[in-house]
Amino acid sequence: MSPRRKAAEGDMSGKLPSPSRPAQVVFYNDPKVRSVVYQLVLCAVVAFLVYGAVRNAADNLARAHIASGFGFWNDTAGFDISQTLIDYSARASTYGRAFWVGLLNTLLVSALGILFATILGFVIGISRLSRNWLLSKVAGGYVETIRNLPLLLQLLFWYNAVLKALPDIRESIVIPGGAFLNNRGLFLPLPIFKSGFGAVEIVLLAGIAGTIAFHIWARKRQARTGQQAPVLWAALVLVVGLPLSAFGLAGIPLGFEFPQAGRFNITGGIEVLPEFVALLFGLSIYTAAFIAEVVRAGILAVSGGQTEAAYSLGLRPGPTLRLIVIPQAMRVIIPPLTSQYLNLTKNSSLAVAIGYPDLVQVFTGTVLNQTGQAVEVVAITMLVYLVISLATSLLMNIYNSRMALRER
Amino acid sequence: MTMAEGDLAVTEIAFVSGTTIAPRPPPAAMTGAFGWLRENLLSTPFNIALTAMIALLIAWAVPELVKFLLVVAVWSGSDRDACLESVQHREIGACWPFVWERLPYFIYGSYPIPQRWRVDVFFAMLAIGIVWLLWLNAPRRDLGTIYFFVVLPVTSFILLTGWGAIGLQPVDTVLWGGVLVTIVVASVGIVFSLPLGILLALGRRSRMPAVRTLSVIFIEFVRGVPLVTVLFMASVMLPLFVPERLSPDKLVRALVGIAIFASAYMAEVVRAGLQAIPKGQYEGAMAVGLRYWQMMRLIILPQALKVTIPNIVNTYIGLFKDTTLVFIVGIFDLLHTIEVARIDPKWATPVTSTTGYAVAAIFYLVFCYGMSRYARAMEARLARVDRR
Repeated sequence: MSPRRKAAEGDMSGKLPSPSRPAQVVFYNDPKVRSVVYQLVLCAVVAFLVYGAVRNAADNLARAHIASGFGFWNDTAGFDISQTLIDYSARASTYGRAFWVGLLNTLLVSALGILFATILGFVIGISRLSRNWLLSKVAGGYVETIRNLPLLLQLLFWYNAVLKALPDIRESIVIPGGAFLNNRGLFLPLPIFKSGFGAVEIVLLAGIAGTIAFHIWARKRQARTGQQAPVLWAALVLVVGLPLSAFGLAGIPLGFEFPQAGRFNITGGIEVLPEFVALLFGLSIYTAAFIAEVVRAGILAVSGGQTEAAYSLGLRPGPTLRLIVIPQAMRVIIPPLTSQYLNLTKNSSLAVAIGYPDLVQVFTGTVLNQTGQAVEVVAITMLVYLVISLATSLLMNIYNSRMALRER
Repeated sequence: MTMAEGDLAVTEIAFVSGTTIAPRPPPAAMTGAFGWLRENLLSTPFNIALTAMIALLIAWAVPELVKFLLVVAVWSGSDRDACLESVQHREIGACWPFVWERLPYFIYGSYPIPQRWRVDVFFAMLAIGIVWLLWLNAPRRDLGTIYFFVVLPVTSFILLTGWGAIGLQPVDTVLWGGVLVTIVVASVGIVFSLPLGILLALGRRSRMPAVRTLSVIFIEFVRGVPLVTVLFMASVMLPLFVPERLSPDKLVRALVGIAIFASAYMAEVVRAGLQAIPKGQYEGAMAVGLRYWQMMRLIILPQALKVTIPNIVNTYIGLFKDTTLVFIVGIFDLLHTIEVARIDPKWATPVTSTTGYAVAAIFYLVFCYGMSRYARAMEARLARVDRR
């Protein structure tokens, strides 16, 4: 018998300590004291590391004669950007302006990418559940292939092997409708709004407002009387029919400026950069594979009993899907879908590899190289993505708490 | 039904069959290959149209791919002339002699040729470690874990960078490239992200506010920014934060970035596993008097990690694909070597790029698909164990 056990038995046979006063613990064994000490040590280590990093950075920057602070924000940039959504010129614009140009380009490609990826992703996700064997296998093959290839490889493929391999300007591919496609990009007709188009816009807005009002009224009436109203037809008339007739009445106030193919150049119209097309293709196709999986998992998460219950109540397949399955599937789909949207936005930073002027390419690339102010530039860039991410997850948390199942 | 009626019913029965009639076979049109076709491909007019459309698409795409990769591909030659369109070859497919000639570059980068056996030894050691860890019936898997997470990193480091004292000529990391760098970056990410991720996940679930806050800040910060910016941070800011004489080389900086990024994602995966463990397990461990680390090591983590193995492997797949991003900070991984080789004037033809990308695609597809099959097999195995 070990001495320890003997001691324990001795304790058992002896007097027990009075229950009102627990045994005193030595102070260094007290969990509270320990936790405070651990945390103090951790904070001290972190503070020391940060202090060391800041001092080293100050030393290194001073030695390399690099300015610090955000003074560079208002300096003239002096470089060109190939795609600008706001006015920008190399000679007159500042680094701050270049930042906004880059940010807007990032947001543009992300927004369009999210749109296309969602459409493609839903189509493929639903196809994977189709009872058509061929369709579900092809959709499965798409998902497995695309998800297992690095996005960067896909972007380089679209840019270098597809778009750069298109014919040059003189042998442009003519797309019916007045557009051209060649290795310098996609050239589309530019819509020109003539006077009177404003009235069409006003009618359109009024139509949308009217549809919303009609929808609310119809729902209230259905709740009260059980009678349904033709909301879809009303919406079509108000949103499509009315503006179209206004458009006709105003004398078709819309023209197009078509791109003109010259010998060495194409003038007029909208020029879409090949970098932009490649990035949009790559991001949409890649993210769609992930969205497809999210959609599939969401639909599978709604138990079959829900559909059967809906049928037994007499609902037809259409309303069953719309009123029973999709609302429940959306509860499962939306959180991971949002995180895919965030991934797409973050992945748009790969633009730097193919030279699309997004935030990272313009700011962390060119501005960083010209100013040398690595700390400030990288910090600003990270902050932008961080704000986008945190804002989205905040919205997501609010949504989740509103949509969470309220169980009794 | 009343009693009397029931009695009446019984007495009225005149004949009851003593044998069961065998079920009739289903109609011929509903079984066999024909029934399957009808059920799965041609059930409605819409489905018929869909099937026809997809069949046409496959009939166009698959032969086209096979034709490009095999039928009209060029199999021999010594420079770009072999892969250019000519009178004899009107149509040119993949340019394989280019891949064949550049294969050593794709695998070793510019690693000195007499020293390349060291890379081969590294690959072999890594393969042993992976098999030891992943093969669930392998003997002494505990030793395998130590081998993979301790012995392998140290010996590979000495082997690859060199150590004059034991006669291994030092090789600068600038010369490393190709598959070697891809594997090194991925392995470093894998080896570091799991322990760091576990620490961060435990920190995030800790009851100490300072530990929890620091873990949350780190995890959410890293997960909120793109890997490209983390790599930029590691490659341009890290040298500023350390004294000049300690400035790490380019590859190490990228590795630091990858390890930071991967551990933040791993932390969330491990946290999900920890949350799946019922509270009773913690309470039981505490009730038998285990300390915090004993409880974690002996009771909680073995269960938590087991249920997250599929997710851990999925994170590794993501990490493996993300290693291509070191390209952007100027490291010569496989994709970068292909990118350099494809614009080399000796081989630059209209088909060189596509051939190079096809090689990269096959490489990543094989590795990532293999990992995802493993994850799925593990998932099935765990589900089987649970059902018991």
